[in-house]
Amino acid sequence: MHADPKGVLTGVHFLDGDHACCEGTLAAGARFAAGYPITPSTEVVERFASRIPTVGGVFIQMEDELAASITIQGAVWGGAKAFTVTSGPGFSLMMEHIGYAAMTETPCVFVNVQRGGPSTGLPTLPAQADMMQARWGSHGDYGIIALCPNSPQECFDLAITAFNLSEEFRVPVMLMLDECVGHMTEKVIIPDAATIDVYPRRFTHLPPGEFRLFEPREDKVPDMVRAGDGYRFHVTGLTHDERGYPSMNVETQSRSVTRLLEKLEPLAGERALSETADLEDAEVVVVSYGITSRVAQRAIDMARQQGVRAGKFRIISAWPFPEQHIAALAPRVRAMVVPELNLGQMVREVERAVAGKCKVTLVPHAGGTVHNPEVILKAILEAAQ
Amino acid sequence: MNEQTLEIPGTIPADAANPVEPFLRMDRMPHIWCPACGIGTTVNCFTRALIESHANLDKVAIVSGIGCTGRVAGYANLDSFHTTHGRAIPFATGLKLANPELQVVVYSGDGDLFAIGGNHFIHAARRNMDLKVICVNNLTYAMTGGQTAPTTPSKVISATSPYGVFEPAFNLVALAEAAGASYVARWTTFHVKQLSRSMEEVLHKKGFCFIEVISPCPTLYQRRNKMGDGLDTMKYYKQASKIRNGARTTECDMTKSGEIVVGKFVDRERPGYFELLNSQMTETLGDRYAEPEVMCEQC
Repeated sequence: MHADPKGVLTGVHFLDGDHACCEGTLAAGARFAAGYPITPSTEVVERFASRIPTVGGVFIQMEDELAASITIQGAVWGGAKAFTVTSGPGFSLMMEHIGYAAMTETPCVFVNVQRGGPSTGLPTLPAQADMMQARWGSHGDYGIIALCPNSPQECFDLAITAFNLSEEFRVPVMLMLDECVGHMTEKVIIPDAATIDVYPRRFTHLPPGEFRLFEPREDKVPDMVRAGDGYRFHVTGLTHDERGYPSMNVETQSRSVTRLLEKLEPLAGERALSETADLEDAEVVVVSYGITSRVAQRAIDMARQQGVRAGKFRIISAWPFPEQHIAALAPRVRAMVVPELNLGQMVREVERAVAGKCKVTLVPHAGGTVHNPEVILKAILEAAQ
Repeated sequence: MNEQTLEIPGTIPADAANPVEPFLRMDRMPHIWCPACGIGTTVNCFTRALIESHANLDKVAIVSGIGCTGRVAGYANLDSFHTTHGRAIPFATGLKLANPELQVVVYSGDGDLFAIGGNHFIHAARRNMDLKVICVNNLTYAMTGGQTAPTTPSKVISATSPYGVFEPAFNLVALAEAAGASYVARWTTFHVKQLSRSMEEVLHKKGFCFIEVISPCPTLYQRRNKMGDGLDTMKYYKQASKIRNGARTTECDMTKSGEIVVGKFVDRERPGYFELLNSQMTETLGDRYAEPEVMCEQC
């Protein structure tokens, strides 16, 4: 279905990534946000607080991130599309509820505008060091989706994608901005509502009595309900059977937890989101994401000017990791160069997918600013030798 | 008692005529609670309140945290949510704000609501969020084996206070009143009629309502403190309880074996969250204000 025009600010704008992200959530149909102030992410909900009273919805500033991250899930089961926004320390506090959303298959969006860590770290400066936390931060086995925009325009576009994927797969989706993308201001085009695809919540058509809350469809994703419609359903973070009832046994655990991962498998393959260029003849491929991909582009251009055939693989959906694409690329190239604003996170996934078929070089950075393109260029030139 | 009555039935006979059955998920019985635990008594009172209030049960949702009382949501035949430890109130806040026609009841224990979840309690009360919070206070962490809670009275022996509790305990009713609750009452599981009536009353009252129910944990609290069995606890509740409606909540501290002040202490009108939201937005935005419609469309 198309976006509800009430939330769509159609036109050409000059917005920073945080504000563009907010507009994306509104276009996606989010009418509920809960947040707790934290730099450099707060502008997303500040704009939402300013916009939502005229659109028709709720913003509530909660007492902490623990509250914000579960308030949105209450809202989802009440029938809303909902999200929260945070950065490093707040993201750490939200981990338990990311696990709850995964376990209860609650579609919702967590925006993380990444800053330098660990702990309080660099509140006003960029990093990409929460990538592993986004995937593995809560306890137990589960799957999530994570998306990495590299521009304000993409903050808008991927906010919509995040909501759509969360509804389609019934998972929490992490929208992983970084401080640079969040605070950079660029042109953002917001199209007509009629051209924006919004994935509707898939409410069950079965009547109460016949409906089972966690009975998966063929795509391994169950249909949804909302409170107040007479289904008298039960949601629990305990291991549960298809009825939603707690079931403390090995068989249920295996069946239900395995499905939480299996339902996301398309995202590792044909549904993975990426941007590629110059791969046909590439001997060295730069694999990057978020703000780093823009610095990497400069390094790729410089390498090409020096006669080194460098190519680009920009990860957009980072989790599930697009391993089929990386694995297919590996035998065709001499090396992959992986710059990231951390001391080596996604590079491990690249290495795993490459499985020794080509060289992999990390270009680490502890965060606080972006790479110097010369540093990435040097890595490309060395890898090409 | 003969052997037959001691046996726990695996399935409830079809002709069972207990009036609370329609309010429970009978396919989940037997429940996990110990003999002489007070939680079942409170659930019984709650179902009586639902019957008396003539509530549309499709529009009543129940939200629990973690712990023995946290299991109530799983047994209630309502839209029910067993959330994370301490976070029943913020979950319920989102549920209520998204779907205001729901009557949202938070049903959880003292450790859940006042230790790990204490911050959420005071803020929901401050906002006068339209939630009915029922706290079964057994004065201990029961599910995990009887550790000290912020409600455990001085001198009590617990698994983590083997030489006696020395930290001062919270007075929950005073805390609720100070934080802004519209309705505050306390009963024990001996006071089943009064408790049922209070529960019915809050189902008709707008705003943040709080009912504390003092309840035995014979397995881990009474036994460890040589306070007898379930029946002895009922006798203690009967003898030590003083009904003082309207009492000053600051004078209602709980002690190990002293007087238990029970009654309805607070019943006041404060503007609710939506009322304040709507009036503020109308004042500043006028016609531009669109009242919240947060539910997404069906496919």
